[in-house]
Amino acid sequence: MAHSILQLARHALSGHRHWPAFWQNAQPRERYDVVIIGGGGHGLATAYYLMRNHGIRRVAVIERGWIGGGNTGRNTAIVRSNYLAAPSIRFYDFSLRLYEGLSRELDYNIMLSQRGVVNLAFSRHQLRLMNRRVNALRHAGVASELLTTAHIRRLLPMLREQSAAGRRLFGGFIQRRGGVVRHDAVAWGYARAANALGVDIIQDCEVTGFQTSHGAVTGVETRRGFIATRRVGLAVAGSSSVLAAKLGLALPITTMALQAMVSEPVKPVLDVVLDGAVYVSQSDRGELVIGGGTDVHTSYAQRSGIQRLEDNMAALIDLFPAFGRLRFMRQWAGLVDLTPDASPILDSSPVNGVCLSCGWGTYGFKAIPAGGVAFAHLLATGTRHAMAHAFSLDRFRSGALIDEGGSSGMDDREALL
Amino acid sequence: MMQIPCPYCGTRDAFEFTWGGQAAVIRPADPQACSDEEWCGYLFIRNNPKGLHHERWCHTYGCGQWLDVWRDTLTHLIEHVGIIGASSAHSEPPA
Repeated sequence: MAHSILQLARHALSGHRHWPAFWQNAQPRERYDVVIIGGGGHGLATAYYLMRNHGIRRVAVIERGWIGGGNTGRNTAIVRSNYLAAPSIRFYDFSLRLYEGLSRELDYNIMLSQRGVVNLAFSRHQLRLMNRRVNALRHAGVASELLTTAHIRRLLPMLREQSAAGRRLFGGFIQRRGGVVRHDAVAWGYARAANALGVDIIQDCEVTGFQTSHGAVTGVETRRGFIATRRVGLAVAGSSSVLAAKLGLALPITTMALQAMVSEPVKPVLDVVLDGAVYVSQSDRGELVIGGGTDVHTSYAQRSGIQRLEDNMAALIDLFPAFGRLRFMRQWAGLVDLTPDASPILDSSPVNGVCLSCGWGTYGFKAIPAGGVAFAHLLATGTRHAMAHAFSLDRFRSGALIDEGGSSGMDDREALL
Repeated sequence: MMQIPCPYCGTRDAFEFTWGGQAAVIRPADPQACSDEEWCGYLFIRNNPKGLHHERWCHTYGCGQWLDVWRDTLTHLIEHVGIIGASSAHSEPPA
């Protein structure tokens, strides 16, 4: 049922005790046209667009844990499209445009706040690279501006421009359409909208294997029984390699833990998103939400190492000495699947009927709407969506890499290969 | 905090070490002669197991030596640390 002010008033009178569930928890059926593995933002969005854009009728999303309990609920909720390579800018800006209309599309408030994403340069060379990025963005028709130190002083009055260690601010750049989104709302909104169209959402249903015949998939083995299907979409982030191995596939992916943390709530101190080696924004509740680079080795432990935690804190306090007085409330980690070029893989696989949406690394959340549209297109038609044409699996063989290490905060990874 | 028993220096905090990725990645003997698939495998495809992983660590802020390490990627337990040499190309950790 559509949300309305009348409905809100009615539920307010009964103490908000009678809101209907946003989606029904389904039992697995014997057979589906498409089974999507992974009930995160990407999986749920894909299911939604499969129904809405392609009219595919029997679609299931199966999830090992609970929907939105993986990286969709663990990221720092930043959305932006300030990438470098033309195919990336086009794709991430398509995603940002979809985010701009998503509350209306899903009839669910995702609380998009386009407060601007700022990157800072601490050397002439960094500033030059940012200038190049700004030019690349403008060339692709995406507004962004180079900032002088005077601009930055107005945007970030608490920033320390010069540290005792010799770090000095040279400038920066801003994408004003960038911002933050309520991340859980994206999973819940897509789940609700997909379920309303008839998608079965099956939680607590771990995939244990696949059945294939003559190089084509015929079904999925799960802890809750066998599900027959001729088309499977893999959207499982950090577990991509583990599931691909069950199909005999080796992917160019390494799994690492990416951590985030929140401080105690304080009055408004930061009204833009600061991006970079450490990224920080202030939530509506007043908490500072902070993230940084991935942990420094491969990991499947969904917890964070102390080393990167200390790096993040040191970088943050160096920029904002006043934040050193804050206490931290929570810290957690998600498992990210990193590709060598920090761009995703949205392609069919050597196993007939199995499509891959993986390699979303540290940038999966901002890509959810576009990733869903493109993956649904791939699953429905068997061909890559025009917006995601460059994100092939074959590019690692052909050499057509799309290096976005510098745009995804991963330019400091030394030893990934 | 993860600790790694360096065979040269003793057990130290992981802070002192740098992760060096999968161990025993072999470069094709003749890059001109190998296929694109083999070259892609050498450049980009790495073991990414949920469990025991054979990898290289460098004791950067210690002796500076590269080490042969078997580590569980789920529990972060170090199963074995050895000196790089003839035995480090094995597919199982030494007993």
